[in-house]
Amino acid sequence: MKVIDSDLALNKKTSIEPSLIKKKGFLYYLKRDFIIYLMLVIPVAYILTFKYGSMYGIQIAFKDYNMFTGLSESTWNNFATFKEIFANPQFFQVVRNTLVLNGLDLIVGFPAPIILAILINELAFKKFKKISQTILYMPHFLSWVIIGGIVTQLLAPTGMLNSFITRMGGDAFPFLTDKLAWVGTYSLVGVWQSAGWGTILYLAAMTGIDKELYEAADVDGAGRLRKIWHITLPGIRPTIAILLILQLGHIMAINFDRPFTLQNNLVMDYGDVISTYVYRVGIQSANFSVGAAVGLFQSVICLIFLVTSNFITKKLGGKGIW
Amino acid sequence: MSQKLRNKAFDYSAAFIVLIAVIICLVPFLYVLSASLSSNRAIISQLVTIYPIDFNIEAYKVVFADGGMLYSMFFTVILVLVYALLALSVTVLAAYAMSRKRLKGRKVIMLVMVFTMYFSGGLIPDYMLIKDLNLLNTPFALILPSMMSVFNMIILKSFFENLPESLEEAAYLDGCNDLQILLKIMLPLSKPALATIALLYAVFRWNYFQDALFYITDENLYTIQLKLYNVINISQQMAGENINLNIPSEALKAASIMFGTIPILLVYPWLQKYFVSGITIGATKG
Repeated sequence: MKVIDSDLALNKKTSIEPSLIKKKGFLYYLKRDFIIYLMLVIPVAYILTFKYGSMYGIQIAFKDYNMFTGLSESTWNNFATFKEIFANPQFFQVVRNTLVLNGLDLIVGFPAPIILAILINELAFKKFKKISQTILYMPHFLSWVIIGGIVTQLLAPTGMLNSFITRMGGDAFPFLTDKLAWVGTYSLVGVWQSAGWGTILYLAAMTGIDKELYEAADVDGAGRLRKIWHITLPGIRPTIAILLILQLGHIMAINFDRPFTLQNNLVMDYGDVISTYVYRVGIQSANFSVGAAVGLFQSVICLIFLVTSNFITKKLGGKGIW
Repeated sequence: MSQKLRNKAFDYSAAFIVLIAVIICLVPFLYVLSASLSSNRAIISQLVTIYPIDFNIEAYKVVFADGGMLYSMFFTVILVLVYALLALSVTVLAAYAMSRKRLKGRKVIMLVMVFTMYFSGGLIPDYMLIKDLNLLNTPFALILPSMMSVFNMIILKSFFENLPESLEEAAYLDGCNDLQILLKIMLPLSKPALATIALLYAVFRWNYFQDALFYITDENLYTIQLKLYNVINISQQMAGENINLNIPSEALKAASIMFGTIPILLVYPWLQKYFVSGITIGATKG
């Protein structure tokens, strides 16, 4: 039987009853793998209900939603919602903010873990290395609510950092209250939260570099910086490339918690992003159609970027997201 | 300078820079911890840095005396346990099924699942769905919509696929069915992977905040994050202005933040152990 189908060799019954192998209708497979299909009932029902069910609701973006008759009875509005959002300067503002904040994460946030990983990798003191890694990973496990709270306590006009600055004779700096300064704060808080954790993949890639390369470089009299530049960095280049492309794929995607917990009324011009805008307009003001339309606009662009980036990653020999 | 000396100099400068990074990581915690143990007066006069001034534990007494905070903590712990167990079970079922190469329709089902990683209805359709299903203000709204992460399922699926096939084959020949193979062979062999996935779900649920914000208005169902958010932000817009009696004092906010952080710190050693292995499994085999 193994010759016919190696999968079937795993199944005792079919190897005894060869008559069943001839016709392989779906029912045959359903019967053979009944238990496996049964296992899939809950996961598939979940995906269909909550993921595709939600996608079904996207039509609200194309309809004049009537709360009393429900979604399917509401009338199509001939893209009126989209015309409305594209005519709204605030929409472009939140798209711009999303792109700017994500772009900064790319410029500032992306290199940070690479530099940190190289430094950690060079640490000669084993115990110190282990302890610092433990501490540097920690912020990753905190919720943005908590980080937002810590940031306010630390950087508010009367927070610790400003009292330190004023005590040293400087002027208090508006970390959270000036729009431009807030953008910088947002970006650096992101580094604080994720740089340590981000080192893990790079450190894993570094352990895969052939030790003989370093030994050969020693023989040639190369210094530490030279070895980093010519051996370590090229060694982690594939990892860097893949992570960079994946992050580029997320340039239009922005999570909700981080901007929401860090923003305040004074900085909304720069701090309001797509996710928080959709929440305010869609849920808080119950303007469901507009919220859904803005969300759909984002989802479609995200999809294009993600598929492209995943395609490039696979071309580069990585495995993409799956 | 000799090579050896230069090496030493390099070692110490690298260690010095990492040390600074570590300090930057720690100082915010130290400040919040100190503020939570200081008097309100000391905080407002900006005297507190990384050690408490006028040491007292009044703020913590208030946090513990306020039933709402303890209640939310208790509710969230239960929620996290139930959610992690459920999500893990659903993920195991899907991962096992998807790891059976002989399963007809496997590719289609996989595609249906993976597509949701790339495209989603978005926040508003999600909200409308929860509303239409009458799940608003129920604990189910905090469990069902994120019952399985396709990403975690793929990690576990890869893990199952990498287990030696000979074991399953032997079990088949002994007459085991798929459920028995899953329970008796796959699961006992995947304990570290299962622990990683369970912890991923638990930490996600513990920290996830937006679903509670969107779907819950009933205070009895506040997760600790939502509760904390309200305590921290009730006066944020007035930061720096006059402190009113109804507004939680700075020390109280600091104590609340610490209160919400401690559970994570308690399980941190396990988190670190399993997450580091989890992220590398996900990256190399996912």
